[in-house]
Amino acid sequence: MDDRTGVAPRRSSWRRRVQRLREQWRTVVVLTVMWLLLWGDLSWGNVVAGAALAVVVVTVLPLPSIGTHATLRPWPLLVLVARFVADLVVASFQVAWQAVWPGPQPRGGVVAVPLRTTSDVFFTTIAELSALVPGSLVIEADRDRATLYLHVLDLAVSGGADAVRERTRKLEERVLRAFAEKDELRRTGLLDGGEAASAGAAAAGEETR
Amino acid sequence: MEDQGFWVTVADVVAAVCLLLGAFFSFSAGVGVLRFGNLLARMHAVAKPQVLGLILLLTGVALRLHSWPATTMLALVVIFQLLTSPVAAHMVGRAGIRTGKVSENDLEVDELTNPPR
Repeated sequence: MDDRTGVAPRRSSWRRRVQRLREQWRTVVVLTVMWLLLWGDLSWGNVVAGAALAVVVVTVLPLPSIGTHATLRPWPLLVLVARFVADLVVASFQVAWQAVWPGPQPRGGVVAVPLRTTSDVFFTTIAELSALVPGSLVIEADRDRATLYLHVLDLAVSGGADAVRERTRKLEERVLRAFAEKDELRRTGLLDGGEAASAGAAAAGEETR
Repeated sequence: MEDQGFWVTVADVVAAVCLLLGAFFSFSAGVGVLRFGNLLARMHAVAKPQVLGLILLLTGVALRLHSWPATTMLALVVIFQLLTSPVAAHMVGRAGIRTGKVSENDLEVDELTNPPR
């Protein structure tokens, strides 16, 4: 519009958009893959259309980047996924059985689980994973104190409040070992020189058994 | 030719098992909603067996359909189910707690109102 005042801000806003695209290229990739899955057909037309749409979505409906201070370790990730699937199956049967079998009503309770991580991404991941496993329901997440409040369907079956806390902290450990960078591991006390590392390796071995 | 027929049979049997198990989980969710006595216990019944139940049902459907476009669509349904169902359960549970719909008598321990130690 205005020759002098209009150009500079516009260029900087363009620069910001390009910058955002560069930061959020993973989002573009994920959106494109989703588009391909929706069409269920891998063709150049679909890839180009999906990528174009993804770029439009990222630039027109911008979301702030979630600081991605994360890595990916294949073996711990496998352990995490395997344990998650096992927990999901076992707990699904427990809850289904409690629903169908005529017996006394389950006695539940709300358990506070203080976590070690302060990262929003990991906090969300842990909340999401523990909410997916039947028998526990996230009813409050205190971000400032990094505490999850879980409602447990049947405290007796779950082994009491301390067992729930212990299990959730084990889950946290698996998530951090799979995704967290070394700094985060050190900060949460999961990586304290040789002794803790070998203890961690022993624990990892125990989990895979 | 016969070999292929064998694998189709295997896929069909696995699909049948998946469909039956998935149906059982969905059924148990319905029964749980009726039987459980309070809001939070009901949320467990609604949100949870349904996750595995739906995955099993859709796996069964995918095994029967033998079609890639349908399978990728079903995979998307599972992904979004996994992402959204905990959030829905969380919102209902939290709203229930905050508006006082959860009686203290229904909770064995309540560390939200009585923090430990």
